[in-house]
Amino acid sequence: MADIIATNETILVVGGGISGMTAALEAAECGKQVILIEKGPSVGGRVSQLYKYFPKLCHPTCGQEINQRRIKANKNVRLLTMTEVAEVSGEAGNYSVTLKTAPRYVTENCTACGDCGEAVEAEFDSEHNYGLGKRKGAYLPHQMAYPQRYVLDPSIIGTPDATKAKEACKYDAIDLDMQEETTSITVGAIIWATGWRPYDANKIQPYGYDRFANVITSVEFERLMDPHGPTGGKLLRPSDGKEAKDIAFIQCAGSRDRNYLKHCSRICCMASLKQTTYVREKYADDGKATIYYIDIRAIDRIDDFYQNVKADENVSFIKSKVAKIEEDKASGNPVLHGVNTEGYERYANPHDLVVLAVGMEPSVASEDFPIKVTVNDNGFIEQDEANGAIFAAGCASDALDVNRAVQSATASALRAIQVVNKVAGMEG
Amino acid sequence: MSNMNQAMVEKYRNDFLKEVKANVEEGDWVQMCMQCGVCSGSCPFGPYWDHPPQELFMMIRAGKREEVLSSNSMWMCTSCYNCIARCPRELPITHIMHGLAHYADRLGLAPKEQPTRKFANRFWDNLVKKGRVNELKLGVSLYFMNGFIEGIKTAMAAAPLGMGMMKAKRLSPMEYFGGHGVKDSKGLDAILKKARQIEDEKIAKYNS
Repeated sequence: MADIIATNETILVVGGGISGMTAALEAAECGKQVILIEKGPSVGGRVSQLYKYFPKLCHPTCGQEINQRRIKANKNVRLLTMTEVAEVSGEAGNYSVTLKTAPRYVTENCTACGDCGEAVEAEFDSEHNYGLGKRKGAYLPHQMAYPQRYVLDPSIIGTPDATKAKEACKYDAIDLDMQEETTSITVGAIIWATGWRPYDANKIQPYGYDRFANVITSVEFERLMDPHGPTGGKLLRPSDGKEAKDIAFIQCAGSRDRNYLKHCSRICCMASLKQTTYVREKYADDGKATIYYIDIRAIDRIDDFYQNVKADENVSFIKSKVAKIEEDKASGNPVLHGVNTEGYERYANPHDLVVLAVGMEPSVASEDFPIKVTVNDNGFIEQDEANGAIFAAGCASDALDVNRAVQSATASALRAIQVVNKVAGMEG
Repeated sequence: MSNMNQAMVEKYRNDFLKEVKANVEEGDWVQMCMQCGVCSGSCPFGPYWDHPPQELFMMIRAGKREEVLSSNSMWMCTSCYNCIARCPRELPITHIMHGLAHYADRLGLAPKEQPTRKFANRFWDNLVKKGRVNELKLGVSLYFMNGFIEGIKTAMAAAPLGMGMMKAKRLSPMEYFGGHGVKDSKGLDAILKKARQIEDEKIAKYNS
C-alpha cells in the first residue's frame, strides 16, 4: 500500500473497536494525522456484538453508525482493516512500524450485494456470533460492518468455491491473486487499543461450559438477542432449541478468583443486570431471571439501574458463588448446586439456561506485544514513562465498560497529541 | 474449663478472630475469606455439618467462640480438598478445619463423643507405638469402640473381608502380637518426645 503517508507527526492507533475508533477520531478531529488499523475485516469490535448497552439500554448500532460517519467524513484518518502490527522499534516521536495486511480477496468495487456469499457453499463458525451460528466462505462480517465490503475466507482460496465466488460477482470485485502486504511506516506515537477477550469459560471446570450445552457465556447470550443473530433474536437454548424462560446468571465466572482471573472485571454485574431486562423484554411476566452473586458491584450512577432490577419481582438474587453445575439428563436442564450464604441454605436449582458472566482479560498477552510495554499483574497496560509514546486506550488499559473505555481512549488521544505536537515544535 | 482455655478467654476477650490467628494452624487465613460460599457448596459432607466452613469463618469473626470450638463441624472434614481447589482466594480451608479441631481439642472444648475425634486419638495412639499403623489392632479397637456386643457383631460382619485380606496377604494375624515398625525406633521416640515437650510447654504456660 504505497499510498500511506505517515511521518513522525502521525499517530498510529492499533485496534478498531470502540476505544480505537474514539482515540483515532478524537486525534483526527484535532487536526492530527492518524492511521487506524484493525486486524479483523471491519471496525466496531466487541461493542458491535452487543445487543444493548447499559445503563441507557440503547442499541450499539446507533453509536457505531455515528463513529463510522465520523471516520468517513474525516480526511485525517486512514483506516486499514485486516492489518496487524508485525514489528515496532524506535522511541517517542520516532517509531518505525511494520504493518502486515492480510489479503481480503475483495476490492473496493464490492457493493455488498451478497451474490458471492450465495454462490459459495463452504460454511464456517461465525466469529461475530462467537461460533453459535455459521457464516459462508464469502461473507459480510455483520450487518453494520464498516467498510461494507465482503471478505473471502482464506481457506476457500484455491478451491472451486473461490472460482464460484469470482464468477458470481457482477462488479469484478474479487481478486483471488491478492497477497499479504507488508508496509513500513514512521509514526510519532502509538495507541494500543487492542481490547479484551472473554475469559475462556472452558477453564472453569465445575461449571461445565465444555460439557453442558445449556451453559453459555454472557457474550453468547448477547448474540441470541440480536434479530440478525443465530436464533433470529429469540432466547432459544442450544440443546433443544426450546425457549429459555428460566435463566440463571452466574457472576464472577472467572473473575475475582485466584484460580482464574485475579481482578474484578467490573462490567459483568451490570451486564447481567442488563441481561435480566432482556428476559423481561422477551417474556414479560412469564420470564424468570436469577442472579447468583458474591456481591453486586454496580458503581456510582448505575446503582439506580440495580435498584430498578431489584424491584422486578421476576428477578431474584441469591448470594452465593455457585459450587458446581450438573446436568439433568432427561430435561437437559443445568442444575446449580451451592449454599445461599444468606441463611446458609443448600440449594440444587434447575434452570432452563445458565449464563456465565465471564470476565475480561486483555486480548493481547504482554509477551505478544511487538515492543516491550509495562503491564500490571492482570496483563493490562500501565501508564508508565518506560512505555515512551506508547499509550493504552480502553480495555487494553483495564477492565472497563464502554463509557469508561471511551473516556480512556480520549485521554490516550490527548497524550499522543502532546507527543506529536512536541515533534512538530522541534521541527518547527 | 481447662486452665489454657481460661487463659485464652482472658487474653483475647472478645476478639476471637485474633485468638484464631495467633493459635490455630493456618488461622491467619480466616480474615481473607470473602464469604462467597463456594467451599460450603463444594463440600461433599456439607449437608451433614452444623456449620459449613464459610459459616465457621463468619462465626469466628463474629466472636462466637464457644459455638465454634465446641462444634462438631470441623471434625467432619475428610480432607477431600474440594474447597481448597475451588476457593477463589486460595484459603487452605482443609488445613484450617484440622487446625480448628486440634485447637479445640487442646483447649478441652471438642465434643468428647465425636467419632472422628475418637478415631483420630486411636489412630495416633496406635501409630506412635511402632511408627507404623498396625491395621489389625486399629481395626479391632474400632470394632469394640462402642461396646463389646456391638464389637462382636461388627467383627462377624467384617470377617469375610478380613479373610480375603489375609488370603491376599494384605493382613497377617501375627500382627496382633507385636507387629511391624520403623527401623530406628529410638529415633522415633526422640522425635515424639521432643514434639510432646514443645506441646506441653505451650500448654504449661497457662497452667502456672
